[in-house]
Amino acid sequence: MGSVVKQVRMALSGDEAVAYAVKQSDVDVVAAYPITPQTIIVERFSEYVANGEVPTEFVCTESEHSALTACLAASVTGARAFTATASAGLALMHEMLFVTSGCRAPVVMAIANRALSAPLNIHGDHSDSMAQRDSGWIQLYAENAQEVYDSIIQAFRIAEDTNVLLPVMVGLDGFTLSHTLENVDTLPDDVVKQFIGSRKIPKVLTHEGKMAPFKLDPDNPMTMGPIALPNYYFEFKRQQEEAMKNALSVIKKVNNEYAKISGRSYGNGLIEQYCLEDAEVAAVCLGSTAGTMKTIVDELRAEGVKAGLLRLRTFRPLPVEDLRSALCNVKAVAVMDKCMSFGGNGGPVFHEIRHVLYDADVQPYVVNYIYGLGGRDTSPRELRSIYSDLQRIVAKKRVETPIQYLGLRE
Amino acid sequence: MTKQEWKFTTKDIAEKPDLFLSGHRACAGCAPTTVLRLIMKATRGPTIVTQATGCMEVISSIYPYTSWAMPWLHTAFETAAANASGIEAALKALKRKGQLKHEHVDVIAIAGDGGTYDIGLQALSGAVERGHDFLFVLYDNEAYMNTGIQRSGGTPLGAATTTSPAGTVVPGKLEHKKPIAEIMVAHEMPYVATASPYYWRDLIAKARKGLEVEGPAFLHVFAPCPRGWRTEPAKTIEYSRLAVETCVFPLWEAVDGKYSLSIPSMVFARAPEKKKPVTEYLKGQGRFRHLFMPQNKALLETIQRLTDEKWLKLLKKCGEATVSEPASSSS
Repeated sequence: MGSVVKQVRMALSGDEAVAYAVKQSDVDVVAAYPITPQTIIVERFSEYVANGEVPTEFVCTESEHSALTACLAASVTGARAFTATASAGLALMHEMLFVTSGCRAPVVMAIANRALSAPLNIHGDHSDSMAQRDSGWIQLYAENAQEVYDSIIQAFRIAEDTNVLLPVMVGLDGFTLSHTLENVDTLPDDVVKQFIGSRKIPKVLTHEGKMAPFKLDPDNPMTMGPIALPNYYFEFKRQQEEAMKNALSVIKKVNNEYAKISGRSYGNGLIEQYCLEDAEVAAVCLGSTAGTMKTIVDELRAEGVKAGLLRLRTFRPLPVEDLRSALCNVKAVAVMDKCMSFGGNGGPVFHEIRHVLYDADVQPYVVNYIYGLGGRDTSPRELRSIYSDLQRIVAKKRVETPIQYLGLRE
Repeated sequence: MTKQEWKFTTKDIAEKPDLFLSGHRACAGCAPTTVLRLIMKATRGPTIVTQATGCMEVISSIYPYTSWAMPWLHTAFETAAANASGIEAALKALKRKGQLKHEHVDVIAIAGDGGTYDIGLQALSGAVERGHDFLFVLYDNEAYMNTGIQRSGGTPLGAATTTSPAGTVVPGKLEHKKPIAEIMVAHEMPYVATASPYYWRDLIAKARKGLEVEGPAFLHVFAPCPRGWRTEPAKTIEYSRLAVETCVFPLWEAVDGKYSLSIPSMVFARAPEKKKPVTEYLKGQGRFRHLFMPQNKALLETIQRLTDEKWLKLLKKCGEATVSEPASSSS
């Protein structure tokens, strides 16, 4: 599989791209519960099951809490498991997110990113998955339906890598990606199957003193999800952090290998740099906003402005070194958050980018733009204003308003 | 209707190696550990066990030790049935792909009353509605014992717990015990039964039946807790017997929704004079001590009356309605 394979172009929404990728990924168990704007994923997948197109066991649970729990249990039984949710559904899963990562179950989950209540809102922002940033899950955010498709396939490889063994969530912006039809180039079934391979289960030392596969196996009884007291709990958690570190190189490797068969890559898998090399002013964003931002960067470049963009594809684990080296020569950085951290002095991505740049030799100015909450549309004109603000900061050598709300009625 | 396909002798049971091992950290006189040991005697081949958070989970799995000589999974408090759903789905999928070494693997989910009546009810109801093939075992010690004796939906009327204490105004729990096994029968599931560790042969046979039936099975096991009930550890099995003899906890099963009394309780249907007054069961339990104070006489009578009414209702369901009024009314 050294060269790019012939692909079939399909018209798929982001949700459909997820369902199609899961269909091709030889998934054993899908357990899910419907929630807007994720529902199409479950519906399409149900159709595959109903038409006998997949051998997958589909468990239509009574809640998201049980959906993730069933995936976790299936995963530790040795199966490949997938689920999808959004917003309140992800919030309901909160408890089990930690259990899943703590049990080292490589479950893959698509998140059709949506606002959290109250007030009730079904539209896109990143409040749901950002609230789960410390749950021990790897988080990837896709820019378009093509990347959604590619990322789901990659997610199984990343999650199941025996140096990682962590669950992965792939974020796609609610409605903007989940419900918008795009051209998606799809790989042949056998190529996807071969790329992911069968599930690898590492051997571990059991309480009986022998090496056995890390799963529920009647031939090798293993106690999974035990209680650990203060004398052992800490070590479990430290190992999860080590796995997160390992994930950085695995995500890069999978991105490279996938590029060889598909001809598509997303930066280095962790971050994507756009006109950043010589940029004086740059923005950092996640997800679909990057598409519009790239157009604006092109316009500004044509006008002679040294503008750039960094799209953070992998938010967890945070690619600290990559971010620092990519941004340390920029004079002013605008970090965009589609989420609020109430009382936290800016949004979560802002916090992390500033944290990364603290160790740079020369710290750029770093400002925060909170935008698009509850699906509020952000116009190209508004996005463009971010760069003019940055230019002003560079000229004045001073930040007047470190945290701004873009497109807000005040 | 309740024909027993699996015949076993006491010797068979004694000779079968334990799958739930000693060395765990349960209290003296703990009935749930006895229940688990008996349930595991009923296994018929490769089996995976999953447990809700609770006493039996924490006393048996303290890392790096375990009492489980079988594959075992714990994830959270409310998730025993959801775990079973996922395990069973995985087994089906792996079998379909030829990746399962065994022809069949049984799945047993275990939870206490908190993990069944209350926080785990949604997951249990969902899993049963979906028809997963698993046995759900409820060990009912009638309160949240793991967190220190708080009331649950399974705590009986009048019982004192740390969140339904017997005070000067409120005499313990004011609400009745939720009829969980009947709620499960209402799910139109293939097998539901109640059991008590005193009648251990009945318990093992029912656990086996629950495993053999295709689809979900629910076994409600009465399980005294000396710490929570304020009873003597040596009397655990005695209370397991008295609960049945007073018809506080009758033994029955419902196969495909058809109720039938089990032999230990049949005695009291056929010979009502043998049925003991509830006070025989209540007295000596610290959690009911206040009921014997003069001001709570009416409550004690209510408990007897409700027990009788429930027993008569059960007799009707079991087709034993010809039986006359029980010998003991209020004492």
